[in-house]
Amino acid sequence: MFAEDDLLPISALQHLLFCERQCALIHLERQWVENRLTVEGRHLHRRAHDAEDELRDGRRIVRGLALRSLRYGLSGQADVVEVAPLDDVARQRMGAALSGVARFTAGAWSVTPVEYKRGRPKQDDCDRVQLCAQALCLEEMLGLVIPAGALFYGRRRRRTEVFFDAALRETTLAATRRLHELIASRRTPLARREPKCDSCSLLPICLPSAIGRASSMAAWTERQLDRALASAGPTTD
Amino acid sequence: MKQHLNTLFVTTDGAYLAKDGEAVAVRIDRQVKLRVPLHNLDGLVCFGRIGISPPLMAACAAAGITISLVDMHGRFRAAIIGFSPGNVLLRREQYRVADDMLAACAIARNMVAAKIANCRSVLLRAIRDANDPNVQSAVQPAIHRLAQDLESARRCTSLDQLRGIEGGAADVYFGCFTTIVAPVAREFRFTSRSRRPPLDPFNSLLSFLYSMLAHDARSACESVGLDAAVGFLHRDRPGRPGLALDLMEEFRPFLADRLALSLINRRQVALAGFRTTESGAVLMDDATRKAVLVAYQKRKQDEITHPVLNEKVSVGLLIQLQARLLARRLRGDLDAYPAFVWK
Repeated sequence: MFAEDDLLPISALQHLLFCERQCALIHLERQWVENRLTVEGRHLHRRAHDAEDELRDGRRIVRGLALRSLRYGLSGQADVVEVAPLDDVARQRMGAALSGVARFTAGAWSVTPVEYKRGRPKQDDCDRVQLCAQALCLEEMLGLVIPAGALFYGRRRRRTEVFFDAALRETTLAATRRLHELIASRRTPLARREPKCDSCSLLPICLPSAIGRASSMAAWTERQLDRALASAGPTTD
Repeated sequence: MKQHLNTLFVTTDGAYLAKDGEAVAVRIDRQVKLRVPLHNLDGLVCFGRIGISPPLMAACAAAGITISLVDMHGRFRAAIIGFSPGNVLLRREQYRVADDMLAACAIARNMVAAKIANCRSVLLRAIRDANDPNVQSAVQPAIHRLAQDLESARRCTSLDQLRGIEGGAADVYFGCFTTIVAPVAREFRFTSRSRRPPLDPFNSLLSFLYSMLAHDARSACESVGLDAAVGFLHRDRPGRPGLALDLMEEFRPFLADRLALSLINRRQVALAGFRTTESGAVLMDDATRKAVLVAYQKRKQDEITHPVLNEKVSVGLLIQLQARLLARRLRGDLDAYPAFVWK
């Protein structure tokens, strides 16, 4: 079990899966650079969180719900959690003043996390892992099983259902374990220049082209100084 | 690559800066004279009597924009900055290196060697431009001596010796300044470097440019999460931004000295723009100060190829990048600090 102080943000899992160095720069070194993509993403999420909770189509829509898992050491916020009644008792209580998901009893309700993303569905697992981590938190907090959630992509304007099967759960837990290792190590991994770096807002502070030549800076500096001495014309009498 | 952000300099006595939406509004006599969006800024420098609204201070702190307050003479008075960004682990490593004489010297030595190399390049460039055999023969011994100082600096393993080498090289270098001023601008005589206060127009100009550079170096240190006060070459002294001064060294000749020389040689500043006070301190008038600021900002927009990254970057961004490389050295990503050597 993790202490509350040791919980890591669910959002860090996405950074970790994209690039361990990016994850360490943000969460260890506390460096952050905004670009168009990050601003758009933030704006989209703010809109998703800020709207009022509501009842719609017999479901309760809860926004900006705080989540945590002491078992896996995660905390974060869900854009939207939908709660639907599974039996008549629950259905009757829907309209009443239900002030929190914690009051939902296991078995009587279906709980579905929905995450809003800009752009279109990605090839890799990172969005699915983030959603699954939210589900793990909800399962722990509510004491129930959550079989599926949904991703809502801004570009497609439609939901993609995500099933929390054994494989996705294992991928999510492995990423969570790695995240805790990385943060505990207090070391930022060395950079490697890769094509994906072009889409990373941290490129100007990561400096992969410089760090890639890590071992040679001492010799490189000597060569620079030698060249400065030589190139500048006659220095002897 | 991050675009080069700008610094807003406010020089009008009595101006008031307020937050206007997501912008800075500059008011003079209660009228808005200028609006600059915050996201276009990375620094705000206020000269003399300038008012700033608390909401603007808060917005700048949140956006990572450093506000520097400098007096009329360009001397730094105070900065308004938000929470220290970055990683406490990095700052602890910085303190450990600062306390370790050999480790500190290894970094400082690259900075000083690069500075001397860059001083030497300024002199070489100057004699090439002067194209006068008399100037060449007068400056050549200094160029030779700087080459020797550079060799001594790069082999130096003691910070005290390194400071001695640096001081000696500076004397030799500044000793050439009167000679390399163009004949049309000979009324600008340079005797020796004086700072507190600057005793001639040349020194006044240099001091002013150095304080601009110090502001930029300080912002660069802070924005990568380093403690601008704890240097390696410059030892701790309360109120002194030691690391910013360290980081400045390699840029002084390249950015400030060469700009001062070209402002003088191109007659963009004139003796009439300087005033000597009763104490002998030399001050710039408003028009001259403004001309210098414009030239400094314009110089920062110039593009050069960064020697380590091998990418085109603006001169203004260069200081930021060097601060990042320094942070990378402290974290152990790099085996040495690659100081900026001007080619």
